[in-house]
Amino acid sequence: MEYIVLIISAILVKNILLAEYLGNCPFMGVSKKMDTAIGMGMAVIFVLTMAGTITWVIQKYALDPFQIGYLQTIVFILVIAALVQLVEMFLKKSIPPLYQALGIFLPLITTNCAVLGVAIMNIRREHDFISMLIFSFASAVGFCLALILFAGIRERFEITNIPKPLQGTAIGLVTAGLMALAFFGFVGVDNALKAL
Amino acid sequence: MASVAKEFTKGLWKEIPPFRLVLGLCPTLAVTKYAENGLGMGLAATFVLLASNVIIAALKSVIPKKVRIASFIVIIATFVVIVELLMQAYFYPLYERLGIFIPLIVVNCIILGRAEAFASKNPIIHSAADGLGMGLGFTLSLTVLGGIRELFGYGTFFGMSLMGASFEPFTFMVEAPGAFVCLGLLLGIMNVIGD
Repeated sequence: MEYIVLIISAILVKNILLAEYLGNCPFMGVSKKMDTAIGMGMAVIFVLTMAGTITWVIQKYALDPFQIGYLQTIVFILVIAALVQLVEMFLKKSIPPLYQALGIFLPLITTNCAVLGVAIMNIRREHDFISMLIFSFASAVGFCLALILFAGIRERFEITNIPKPLQGTAIGLVTAGLMALAFFGFVGVDNALKAL
Repeated sequence: MASVAKEFTKGLWKEIPPFRLVLGLCPTLAVTKYAENGLGMGLAATFVLLASNVIIAALKSVIPKKVRIASFIVIIATFVVIVELLMQAYFYPLYERLGIFIPLIVVNCIILGRAEAFASKNPIIHSAADGLGMGLGFTLSLTVLGGIRELFGYGTFFGMSLMGASFEPFTFMVEAPGAFVCLGLLLGIMNVIGD
């Protein structure tokens, strides 16, 4: 039951993008068209779940036992960068159409603060292995959801009359704010579920 | 000398992050509930940006092209760890309030962006000026945004109550939706002023 609460919390209540402020740069940059948004979303789900797992394992079996926790930032970001490189090479060799579809978004995921952010959050919130897996996957799904919803809205901007100063990122941010407000409606759902 | 000054001042207005150089949005939205947090984050990021720009400019001829980005990340991450430890030791309340966004300075697109676009191709002095200018511009933006959000959301500015007892706080401003809307509108205003 607590895992269901974790999933609902990560995707809807504390959406990693709209409530935790992580992953905004690709959010603004990649959401102009639906297919790029879907591609980025899928890539993030894939990479984030793997990155969360590997960094968690490293923390538990290398950083903590040897008391080098202060190296967490360097180790985690290097792991993520290496992971993204490996995933790129693997996809290029074995699933070329997927590699082509993801294009340049794969290397961009290294600097997606959502990936490093969730990895660190797993440690700070003291998740066990299953919780870590679920939280990583669900957070990425929440990111993907917000991204796809946003892309759907943004595609319509082409045919609306937006005042010139607000065009581009400015109106994008205002729209994201309204989306965040809509998601605000989910506040308290996780507590209500816990009480069940 | 004039060109160095130019590199410094461009970060303060013409290419000020995150308004003109649209990078580094995550910390901008997250830490600007209070002006003080914005100031703290800005200064921490400025330190990392300045240091990494200088080191990368100094080492640019010895870093192989293939491992460029990875090397930049290692250099930047080193300074982020230094800032983390310094803040934990000397600025603990700020460290607690900024939370997860201190280690996230390492993926701040501004820092990696300037390393790639500028420091890896320009002399040390110019890179230092660029880093300092961009960093201070970023700090300015964060402090102003934080000030606006704190003023309307809590009625205070840097902790000092400015709006009087009968002020009804506009709490929207200090929550996530308000952050997005506020930044978006400020961006729009900057575009109006810029033109």
